[in-house]
Amino acid sequence: MKQIANWALDVAAMRGATYADARIVSQRSRALTTKNGKVGSASDSESTGMSVRVLADGAWGFAASEDLSRSGVQATAARAVEIGLASAQVKQQDVRLAPEKPVTAEWTTLHIIDPFSISVEQNIVLLLSIDSELRAVAGITLAETNLNFNREEQWFVSSEGSDIHQTKYSAGAGYTAYAFAGNEIQKRSYPNSYGGQWQNKGYELIEDLKLLQNARRIAEEAVALHHADQCPEGTFDIILDSSQLGLQIHESIGHPIELDRVLGMEANFAGTSFLTLDKLRTLRYGSELVNVVADARQEHGPGLGTFGFDDEGVPAQCTPIIANGLFTGYLSSRETAHTIDENRSGGTMRAEGWNRLPMIRMTNISLLPGEKPLTLEQLIASTDHGVLMQTNRSWSIDDKRYNFQFGCEIGWEIKNGKRLRMIKNPSYSGITTEFWNSLDAICSRDEWTLWGTPNCGKGQPQQVMGTGHGAAPSRFRNIKVGSAYKGS
Amino acid sequence: MLTKDQAGDIFDRIRKLSIADEVEVVFSGGRFSLTRFANNVIHQNVEDENHVVSVRTVFAGRTARATTNKFDNESLRRVVESSEALAKVQHPDPDLLSMPDSRDAEGTADQSASQVPSRYFPETAAITPQLRADGVKKIVEVANKHKLATAGIFSSSESVEGIFNSRDLSKWHTQTLAEVSITMLAADSSGWQKANSPNVTNLDPNALAEIAARKAIDSAHPKEIPAGKYTVILEPAAVLDIVGFMFWDYSGMAILDQRSFLTGRIGSKLFGGNITVWDDVTHPLQTGCPFDGEGMRRQIVPLVEDGIIERVVYARATAERMRRSEQRDKVGPIAPTGHGFALPNEMGEMPVNIVFATPRDPQTLAQMIASTERGVLVTRLWYIREVDPYEKIVTGMTRDGSFLVQDGRLRQGVRNFRFNQSVIHMLSSVEAMSVPVRSCGEESFDMVVPAMKIRDFNFTEVTKF
Repeated sequence: MKQIANWALDVAAMRGATYADARIVSQRSRALTTKNGKVGSASDSESTGMSVRVLADGAWGFAASEDLSRSGVQATAARAVEIGLASAQVKQQDVRLAPEKPVTAEWTTLHIIDPFSISVEQNIVLLLSIDSELRAVAGITLAETNLNFNREEQWFVSSEGSDIHQTKYSAGAGYTAYAFAGNEIQKRSYPNSYGGQWQNKGYELIEDLKLLQNARRIAEEAVALHHADQCPEGTFDIILDSSQLGLQIHESIGHPIELDRVLGMEANFAGTSFLTLDKLRTLRYGSELVNVVADARQEHGPGLGTFGFDDEGVPAQCTPIIANGLFTGYLSSRETAHTIDENRSGGTMRAEGWNRLPMIRMTNISLLPGEKPLTLEQLIASTDHGVLMQTNRSWSIDDKRYNFQFGCEIGWEIKNGKRLRMIKNPSYSGITTEFWNSLDAICSRDEWTLWGTPNCGKGQPQQVMGTGHGAAPSRFRNIKVGSAYKGS
Repeated sequence: MLTKDQAGDIFDRIRKLSIADEVEVVFSGGRFSLTRFANNVIHQNVEDENHVVSVRTVFAGRTARATTNKFDNESLRRVVESSEALAKVQHPDPDLLSMPDSRDAEGTADQSASQVPSRYFPETAAITPQLRADGVKKIVEVANKHKLATAGIFSSSESVEGIFNSRDLSKWHTQTLAEVSITMLAADSSGWQKANSPNVTNLDPNALAEIAARKAIDSAHPKEIPAGKYTVILEPAAVLDIVGFMFWDYSGMAILDQRSFLTGRIGSKLFGGNITVWDDVTHPLQTGCPFDGEGMRRQIVPLVEDGIIERVVYARATAERMRRSEQRDKVGPIAPTGHGFALPNEMGEMPVNIVFATPRDPQTLAQMIASTERGVLVTRLWYIREVDPYEKIVTGMTRDGSFLVQDGRLRQGVRNFRFNQSVIHMLSSVEAMSVPVRSCGEESFDMVVPAMKIRDFNFTEVTKF
């Protein structure tokens, strides 16, 4: 593969590129779903191809093709240079890349069991067993389950001499029980909504999730929601479970810290960011308890944002994003690092596959757990009056990432330190910095989970990327609750 | 680009490799190019070419799919083996039908007069990086003229979709598409426009840039007005953004699953009497393929007639299931309509060529503004998500040009709102509509929709810009 990639680098140099990199990527995925006692879909997919990214006359060109023959690769490289030269027709200054030492490296996701080594029969038996548990509860009208496995092998070479071979595995699993009655559809999901839990792991993730053991409870909760009271509207203290908090981090910290958004590069689609450059090391993003990192290193855990090297060949790093409430860092690339006076990329450039351009993506953006021992039950016990919200149902945030609104699948009213009653259709809303400054308690490490968000969309053409978000249940004071149903 | 003859050859090789009872091969792919600009420079510029072959095999009621983008003999052998291995370990599906032959695929409705026009335009296929750069240069010139920053895309593509099966069905569709999307940014405001067409000569980047610039300039220094219920005038892209969230529910499978807001409501008057909606792949402003994931011809389907929910669309197997279900007498006509997804899947089908009927008394945007005492003009919506699946309440934000309308005139830009709005209530509160146009946004698929003037639109919060 290295030889094939080098054909591209040679042609790019010959055509006048001042920088070039080539990525050959081979992806394999398996998706299995069930619905109401039947297999919903069963599919395997493979895709292999190569992309060439060049700087020509100081501007970017990118071309990709499935054709890995010598002539095909050479044509792709020549096309990338042609595109770069066209880009240079509308430039103001040449692209500057932060220096990066070339490396030769091998890296593979830490995993115990290759997920593709587990038979499809075994997987289907698991999913249908869960389905059966869910539908054993009277009132469940729809049960859906899913299992997903991915393997991505990449060869990266650059004109600066990097030569990196990296193999990543990821797995995901989850299920949802729906209950339709009267004029209402309620649902509960496990371990998370919209595809469950995903990590860069092998099949051991599936074994760890205790999927079957939780199915009956989840189905019973979905039915019970029909008899629960509507979430009240007003200002309350809220406690978010770790999965919902993971998505809150994703939307209101992860996206605004993307430096390409900050610099206006995403203005037409994903939007910009309220985190203008003057706010670096001056903005009080959250309360003193808020410590957030962007950590792609293996030692942070098996998040979907864990890797050895990014897709520009920059090693995985840990960047402090918020330190004791102060905003301290952005997600950057080789092209953007200089705009924040950094002499090195933060190593966050990733592409969805062989035919997409690497762009700044969240790695594992995690809220560090509280240092003092604190369980969820202890946090509830120390809350006078509030609402505990669990498992995301809807999410929305404006294009500068100020105003957000989240809905959850289930809520619990807390009074005098106890769960008083189940609440349906819970929602909360707010302004990002006001929200994070209202945080007054974070549970400790034992309650911390590194959640995977497999479906983060960004870019034109749009790319879908997996990101990681570590969080422990946390409490926020005086939050607007229930406005999703206000006036509807 | 892969041709139908080449695909036919690949299908023949696959058929020889397979021992399955039935074999279906779906082809898709093409060449896609996109020039992206921001801060008045081209900052990304990409092109890729890829074709995919997706093989579905069937053994005695068991089916599965495997996909590859490699067409050499070894890769085809592997993809057939993968599909067959997956299929053999499935449980038999009593609802699985035999693959359609070419006669089955025509369907039962008499729509022989309705043909899909050619959607392949050589002038679009011939667009080069240099031509896209020239287009971007013109957009940047408009931005510079108005002292604005611009960001957006100019893309072009040529693509194929095809399906062959072992019952001698073969269908093939080629299409081109060019698209321009432009955001103009001022210090505290922005404007946006987007358009696409199979024929690039239908696009006028310069005119789009001028409209986007005007919106950015006119909405400068946006004023905060309180959240609450307002008369709104939604431009077509904003209508598309929000109504798109209901069309997943116009599906027989969604009714069977009881996840559709139309469950128990087909045949009832759910919207205002001025709302009529069709799914029509043949409409001259539509794009897309005239057959579905099994090769069934897409039929023209009336979904809403004078506010009454007429019917939903069906894949073949969904129609069979519905005919046997307890709901069969409450769902209107039941027949395959050519809207199924490629099998196997759990979603069934959905309409994807939405056309709103022209109202009896269409009004221009200017007329809608002139007749509004106090309201908000909305250019575009953003980040829409479903809050309540049965009442069809959705939340989202306004974006890139929201204006206060007072005493029949646009007064000034306003800060962006969050809305929590039932789509059912919204389509029951439409006071005026324009002639429908082809529209595209980011929150939903392209449609032919009008601008709408709507009373009591529910804004619940205001953001900081």
